[in-house]
Amino acid sequence: MTGAAGLTFGVAIGVPSLFDATSANAAGKDVVMCPYVTISTDGTIAIMSPAAEMGQGSLTSLPLILAEELDADWSKVRIVPAPPIEKLYGNPGFGGLMYTAGSFAVNGYFTPLRTFGAQVRQVLLDTAARRWNVPGGELTTGPSMVIHEKSGRRISYGELAEFVEVPAVAPKIEASQLKKTKDFRLIGKDVPRVELPGKVNGTAPYSIDAQVPGMVYAAVLRAPVEGGAPDRVDDSGTRAIEGIIGTVQLPYGVGVIAETPWAAFKGKNALKVTWARGGKAWGHSTEQGLRAFTAIARDESRSGVAWEKVGDAPAAMKQAANVYEAEYTCDYAYHAQMEPLNSVAAVSPNADAVEIWCGTQSQSMAVTAAANALGIPVERVKFNGSLLGGGFGRRGHRDEEFVVESVLLSKATKRPVKLLWTREDDVRNGRFRPLYVQRIKAGFDAQGKLVAWHHRIVCDQVLAFQDPVRHKLVKGSDGIALRGGELKTYDTIPNRFAEGMLEDTGIRTSSLRAIGVGPTKFAVEAFLDEIATRRNLDPIALRLDLLRNQPRARAVVEEVVRMAEWNKPRPAGRALGFAYIDYTGSQLGGIAEVSLDKKSGVIRVHKFWCTIDCGIAIQPDNVIAQTEGSIVYGLGLALTERITFKDGAIEQSNFNNYPVPRMRDVPEMFVKVMPTDNHPTGAGQMSTPLVAPAIAAAVYKLTGARLRHLPMTPEKVKLALLEVDRKLA
Amino acid sequence: MSQMIKTSLTVNGKRHTVTALPDTPLLWVLREDLKLTGTKFGCGAGQCGACMVHVDGKSVFSCLLPVSQLSGRSITTIEGLSPDSSHKLQKAWLAEQVPQCGYCQSGQIMRAADLLKSNPRPTHEQIVEHMSTNICRCGTYTRIVKAVERASREA
Repeated sequence: MTGAAGLTFGVAIGVPSLFDATSANAAGKDVVMCPYVTISTDGTIAIMSPAAEMGQGSLTSLPLILAEELDADWSKVRIVPAPPIEKLYGNPGFGGLMYTAGSFAVNGYFTPLRTFGAQVRQVLLDTAARRWNVPGGELTTGPSMVIHEKSGRRISYGELAEFVEVPAVAPKIEASQLKKTKDFRLIGKDVPRVELPGKVNGTAPYSIDAQVPGMVYAAVLRAPVEGGAPDRVDDSGTRAIEGIIGTVQLPYGVGVIAETPWAAFKGKNALKVTWARGGKAWGHSTEQGLRAFTAIARDESRSGVAWEKVGDAPAAMKQAANVYEAEYTCDYAYHAQMEPLNSVAAVSPNADAVEIWCGTQSQSMAVTAAANALGIPVERVKFNGSLLGGGFGRRGHRDEEFVVESVLLSKATKRPVKLLWTREDDVRNGRFRPLYVQRIKAGFDAQGKLVAWHHRIVCDQVLAFQDPVRHKLVKGSDGIALRGGELKTYDTIPNRFAEGMLEDTGIRTSSLRAIGVGPTKFAVEAFLDEIATRRNLDPIALRLDLLRNQPRARAVVEEVVRMAEWNKPRPAGRALGFAYIDYTGSQLGGIAEVSLDKKSGVIRVHKFWCTIDCGIAIQPDNVIAQTEGSIVYGLGLALTERITFKDGAIEQSNFNNYPVPRMRDVPEMFVKVMPTDNHPTGAGQMSTPLVAPAIAAAVYKLTGARLRHLPMTPEKVKLALLEVDRKLA
Repeated sequence: MSQMIKTSLTVNGKRHTVTALPDTPLLWVLREDLKLTGTKFGCGAGQCGACMVHVDGKSVFSCLLPVSQLSGRSITTIEGLSPDSSHKLQKAWLAEQVPQCGYCQSGQIMRAADLLKSNPRPTHEQIVEHMSTNICRCGTYTRIVKAVERASREA
């Protein structure tokens, strides 16, 4: 049940037991029932949790799914983070990777975890049947108990563990043997999240908290532009600081090794480095990128990677009686996870093994990257998982560059190294949601039916940079950059074509909460609002008509309209805007109540209503929490958050010039979970893309101005208002 | 500023003597020297509040306070707020299931504790204004307000 073993030259201090236990309970005898379940004779049930915990609640919700089918007594369950062994713990939804992303943990693991739970339960039932010599069909289970109603006999799972014989091959479980939704007693009942007690008293373990005997600290000055390398390095100022141990040259920067974090940061600031130019990003600027991408979007001789193709949109467009078009653009955006990147590595003296402490969205990618950096087998990497102080897509890149950086520095210094990125490093050496220019055309026939849709998406490529392995598997497509361009639930539009022009600008790019769905659905929904206006249709009626084949979608739309009292007049100076999203199957409706200060151009969102149907909701209250959090995240992306490039370098550095939502910016939120008896489709980011198009629609109602760029900063708002005035004049 | 000096500090009622560069922020001394890692590094610029602790009872950004200026001052961290998570805010935080990633929550709780000490029955608006010094990127703000209100009611 354990991962790579036998490497214990570094002992973590101050990392509580949540992450260092592999057995169910030392007091009892442990019986390994399957790679996920160990039952102790004292009744404790240890269940492996295979996903990274970065705030989304999977540490609790995944074991809960297994415990439901096992019919376990939840109070006796102990959750153990799974070791990085892909073939046992990988997410089948990600081709077996241990990779926590895409709001796909529950979605991908749901059926396997139910099956594993049911298999263990079956083994316990079979054991009791043999012991009591009764037909298996006469037995049932209650919480951690096998029951024979006829004779009134009961035996606990812990007692069964004393003599259970685990078969070599797990019993086969048919889908029909799994519990019906109505019989769930854990799923849908909101158990408290297991790791929260440590998050209110400071004991929850993050990698930045790890301490290893003999450890030193490292900070790295990295090239300001991707592809740069240190040319001349003057570290004399650095070496004059007490506590500095030395500097280490890396291919893309200079590492400073010190006795304390502060000395390392001071030493980094005292470095004088000139940079050799390499790579493509030098000279890149946001303005120039927008110009270049706009030209590509408008040049219809340029075609891209097909993302969704239904019918023949270009041909249908030519036949259309009315054609509308519009362009939408989005700036680069930054994750701003609260815990800046960091990693602790202890490389063995002869560099043939390493122990790492890191917060990663992919345990297996981290182990592989560390092994490759040293040229050692993965079995020689000991992985110590941690909670993540936010992920949002930043901590799941195939190269795991921050982990590798700590490994290389530990190897160079022959000491355990705690690598710390400052917030400024985290911004300036960030990896961003790309720059987008999108052009959409919609064609209506003479009867007023929307018959053709053509969505051209131009942006920096993401998957090729973030994960070259997966990029190869999907043959050059890019599900991170382009997702959301598909209109699966607007299936009444008979001809649809979404294509992506994925540009290699040399800029570091990344998945970021809601990935391409944020920018693409902004364009889709804002455009539908424009079309509704131009055709004199109610925007809700237009959506409901397009969704006429989709009862789940219609239900979330109709309910959010009811909740917000869409047709009721608002206070003076306020208006409502609406958006609908299908996010990989989860259905959401959103309505924003907005006001605008015309003089300053500042938009304020007062209220936000949201409905979500994510299928079976494992932890409904956590679905609400995730949906609220995703709305807040979407608010920042909609209104204030922008990364800009000048001569290839990032112009922002910290929260003072990358403002994210604070408590005073947050609207009153009304979230309703509308569970259905469908396979769970995810809840960790689904409401983020609703926010921007709903705000844009409300601003139009208030002012007549169309906001087609994200973020909708005061400057952009004022420009749009001026344009309205010019048209009126 | 580039030579280490000794400073005596009182943290959670215990006296400690630490050796550090004089401009070292309190944050790093707490975390790396005293191993009180509940106080978090978020921005290093007094922008996010993940590092908040109390100095003489008032919430401060420990990432901005040079340790050499803290001789004789009384410092409280999340570890010293209560010995057993029994502070009314800690209980309210769990009752409302506030944390998501949890990284900012020590700072949020220390900030809220400061508010309730000076204003045991804050209004909604006072809570929002007071707590807007602290960033939660997971967006738990609504639940933070509910938890502060609950703690205030149950006080």
